[in-house]
Amino acid sequence: MASMPSIKSREVKIVQDIPISKTLPFWEGLKQGKILATKCRKCGKIFFPPVADCSQCLASDMEWVELSDEAIIETFTHVVVRPTTFQHEKPYTVAIGKLKEGVRVLAWLTGFKLSEVKVGMKAKLVAKITPEGNPTYVFTRPE
Amino acid sequence: MRKVAIIGVGSSKFGVRNDVNVAELAFEAFKPSIEDAGITPKDIEFVAVGSTGAGAWYEELLPAVVSAEYCGLTGAGLVRCEAACASGSAAFATAYWTVASGQAEIAAALGIEKMREIDTPTMMEWIGRAGYYLWEFHNFGVTFPAYYALYATAHMARFGTTEEDLALVAVKNHKYASMNPIAHLQNRITVDDVLSSMIIAAPLKLFDCCPVSDGAASIILASEEKVKELKIDTPVWVAGIGFASGTANMSKRLDYVGLEASVSASQKAYKMAKVTPDQLDVAVVHDCFTIAEIMAYEDIGLCKKGEGAKLIREGQTEIGGKIPVNVDGGLKAKGHPIGTTGCSMVNELTKQLREEAVEKGRQAPMKNYVALAHNVGGTGHYCYVTILRR
Repeated sequence: MASMPSIKSREVKIVQDIPISKTLPFWEGLKQGKILATKCRKCGKIFFPPVADCSQCLASDMEWVELSDEAIIETFTHVVVRPTTFQHEKPYTVAIGKLKEGVRVLAWLTGFKLSEVKVGMKAKLVAKITPEGNPTYVFTRPE
Repeated sequence: MRKVAIIGVGSSKFGVRNDVNVAELAFEAFKPSIEDAGITPKDIEFVAVGSTGAGAWYEELLPAVVSAEYCGLTGAGLVRCEAACASGSAAFATAYWTVASGQAEIAAALGIEKMREIDTPTMMEWIGRAGYYLWEFHNFGVTFPAYYALYATAHMARFGTTEEDLALVAVKNHKYASMNPIAHLQNRITVDDVLSSMIIAAPLKLFDCCPVSDGAASIILASEEKVKELKIDTPVWVAGIGFASGTANMSKRLDYVGLEASVSASQKAYKMAKVTPDQLDVAVVHDCFTIAEIMAYEDIGLCKKGEGAKLIREGQTEIGGKIPVNVDGGLKAKGHPIGTTGCSMVNELTKQLREEAVEKGRQAPMKNYVALAHNVGGTGHYCYVTILRR
């Protein structure tokens, strides 16, 4: 980094254990091919990403609902310059799609040529396990 | 609340500053600001520091403490403010409230950021995490340019804004940075240079993006009584401060053609200052990416929604146009040391309002002596709008 005189700081490796107890059905659902959201039993608001507590009425009484898989793409970008922990990936397309439940989802968009991707087009939202074994979800070409 | 004035400003040189550590960089901005005000460090009762990367992109966890000691400020009330890229404005607002409330007679806002001690992919990693790590970075690696590229795609699809329009913002801001000795990038560029630069996150290219910069800026604020006592010649008054925030998840925003937080914060600031957008003589807006400047024109009411590109095409935001914007080079070319930017904006506007202090060729003509700073944190996560009046 430095072209000027400098000393190296002590090295630390940081890995956090992120709690997922309260959204566990979501992460388990991905493994079964389902994308789950939460719905507040008190006020009816649907949340994606799923939450345990309602920011609209502050109740903590949620039910799990499966989302539809049909999305309309509202915007997208193709990420060429990638962060350290994504250096091993090829450039990827990130999109935001709106589902008929009214919630929006941000995820990678796969299965299209970049020149085919347009604002307003349809895409299918599917659960997926990455080659490294991590549950995730992507937009892909509708059948 | 009582009247509060800016009585001193200072800035370091922006750029790759591997010749100084964080405290030394702070000193470079702080010393000229107290000389400008004609005070000593012991006169300052409260210090609010804007800085974002403590422990991440530079080594100190408590930059307020190390900088305060280095500048002779130990003993004053001290806090570090975090509002991402608007941390400098949050620090300025905090210092303002301390004086306006009567708790201090003189306070300082100090923006300090040291971003060039780590490599670029690690910087992309840290800043990409500045959103909602769990839901948008962990699985999807959304970088900061990518977040603003999502806005660019939507704005282009909705309003017909083009990549050439975005390039015009970069060309304008580089032009003014070339006249600003503290600017990080002082080279002039053309539309073709922007369009042919490498893609970072499509449709944004390298020259659509601000550089990663080191830099510090310091602002001294005082009560009206102190202004009289110190016989300050040209106090610049804080006329209005507006603030707002946006959702952590980008997926929860209502649309991708503007920032709701900018609209809300600017309306609050105009109301407090009792001014309208057409009364502004000069503005600095948050142009971390070229699309951000075009959205800012629309969000703070310099033009109608969807007409931002028209404003830049017509040259209305250049000196001689309707409202000069970012005549210091903006974040785009002056540089964007994240937590410093809000204080740097106030530094620039104070000098603009004093007229004589700005380098020839980039002084905005003054009619009403009213100026506005628009500072966004994250991708519309935070927004502060500050209106100053001489």
